[in-house]
Amino acid sequence: MGIPAAGFTVPTARRRSTRLRRRVGDYLGWGATALAFVLLGGAMVSILVTVFVRGSSAITWSVITQVTQGVGGGLLNAIEGTLVLAVGGIVLAVPVGLAAGIYLAEFDEGMLAPTIRFLADVLVGVPSIVIGYFGYVTMVVGLGWNFSVAAGSVALAIIALPYICRTAEMAMRQVPRSMREAAYALGAKDHTVIMRICLPTALPGILTGVLLALAIAVGETAPLLYTAGWSNYMWNGHLTNSPIGYLTYAIWAFVTEPFATAHALAYAAAFFVTLFVLLISVVSRVVLDRNAGWRRRR
Amino acid sequence: MSFRKSTAILASVVGGTLVVIVLFLTLYAWPAIRLNGIRFLGQNSWNLGSLYGNPITVRGQQILPGAHYGILFLIVGTLLSTAIALAIAVPVGVGAAMFLAEGVPSPLRPWMSFFVELLAAIPSVVYGLWGYVVVIPFLGHHLFPAMVRWLGFIPFLGGPAGSGYGLLTAGLVLTLMIVPLVTTTLRDALVSPQASSLREAAMALGASRFETLRAVLLPSVRRVLIGGSILATGRALGETMAVLMVSGNALNYLPGNIYTPISTMASFIVSQLDSALEDPTGMAVRSLAEVALVLCLISVVVNSFARFLLYYDASRA
Repeated sequence: MGIPAAGFTVPTARRRSTRLRRRVGDYLGWGATALAFVLLGGAMVSILVTVFVRGSSAITWSVITQVTQGVGGGLLNAIEGTLVLAVGGIVLAVPVGLAAGIYLAEFDEGMLAPTIRFLADVLVGVPSIVIGYFGYVTMVVGLGWNFSVAAGSVALAIIALPYICRTAEMAMRQVPRSMREAAYALGAKDHTVIMRICLPTALPGILTGVLLALAIAVGETAPLLYTAGWSNYMWNGHLTNSPIGYLTYAIWAFVTEPFATAHALAYAAAFFVTLFVLLISVVSRVVLDRNAGWRRRR
Repeated sequence: MSFRKSTAILASVVGGTLVVIVLFLTLYAWPAIRLNGIRFLGQNSWNLGSLYGNPITVRGQQILPGAHYGILFLIVGTLLSTAIALAIAVPVGVGAAMFLAEGVPSPLRPWMSFFVELLAAIPSVVYGLWGYVVVIPFLGHHLFPAMVRWLGFIPFLGGPAGSGYGLLTAGLVLTLMIVPLVTTTLRDALVSPQASSLREAAMALGASRFETLRAVLLPSVRRVLIGGSILATGRALGETMAVLMVSGNALNYLPGNIYTPISTMASFIVSQLDSALEDPTGMAVRSLAEVALVLCLISVVVNSFARFLLYYDASRA
């Protein structure tokens, strides 16, 4: 507590006990908050240790060179499938999401923009299994695509869409107004200002959003189970009517099998997925941090 | 077409997706909705009927003899596991946010916050793997028997301790998955400029740092806390893979105590589609679509509510 003003009474016993109580309260309070942090950090450490220790001992040369055979073999088909599905989903989502982000940031007037922003935010919260089942009903059954790359990629694109849209909007909004005004003053039209001036400036933020969406796409399981299916073979290049493997399926399906070879594949798959997701998170954090620093210095 | 119009059309695709999802699920589930009626939500029986019987017609729909669809046990399992997750995640998340906002030296703060935020980046199925190989053996062999022994006198904490798969395990794993939502939204609010003027005022009145945090800053961000918690609720309601791998996948019974196996709506869709496809009338698949529709509508309501609160807070600031 502060210094008592000169000339005031000396601390009484009651005041001393109040001071003690407040100090004890402070220590207990800080202790409780630190405990909360330690619980979360400890769980995080336990997850990372489980995945990386067991995963690294499960990775052998054959895991990345062979395809799955029953409950053994390798994961080459799943690694390829995860890349095909995630890249497919992102390629579908980026043009739409980016255009939507530009619209929300640049033409934010009337009722359309707030409505779309709201729907996008609610779409983020729709459970991924619901999107998977929607994909099953509409594409796998309705359009007759069966389990396929196309159905899986569209399901992932729906999940990635609102993330890309909202991060693109944030990035576009951070472009200084003066840059826009200067461009308009030179006689540039909407599309020139946005595509040639704002978009390049906002690019790091937009890329961060795309990277995060890619991480989400790589880590998703539920929307793929009944759209992409599973296959023990390499992708045959067909967009419809042929199922494809992916790493997250291997984690789920193989860890519950009673065979050591299956467990090893599950740990190896978890290793790859987690490593990829963490790398993307760290990279995007570093990019964001540099941007934030740049903004603070302004 | 102008640049503006073309971006508007593509932006409408993003907003329209949600409408299309609800619309198509409703269309596909419509025969099941007609058949099951409101009892769908209130009865405890998911029964595909006799797969070898000839289909019969009930209320204008072809179904297998003996088929009956009621998902009360799924609704109860979903709500209870979410409630447990929320009851733990809110205090722990608030504590961690307070620690990260004020208790950590500022050079370390971004990295320690990032470490907690990474909990949100870990994929659901990796949580499931960790729950399956680390958490369940520990809980099933050590913690749950100890809890039955020492806390068994409390209702729902006594009785058979089970094998480790169940309601509390699902709740605990969900806690970790939703806690970053609470912690990050709250921490951002606690280090905002509005909070720092409040902090200066409280410190000038002689409050200690912890007292400032607890009695002044925390009440000032309660709307953000409520918004973040509701977002977290939405995520917990719809989590699929982790819950599927640790909940025990109960069918047609309600939990007797906190260790009993459960199913949630999301995990049930994954675990049942294969067997639902066996039904030649297709009614089981359509009823699963009805489960997906109910889950979708619940999460839309919950998320809309959270967004309204957070928008309101942002527009007020």
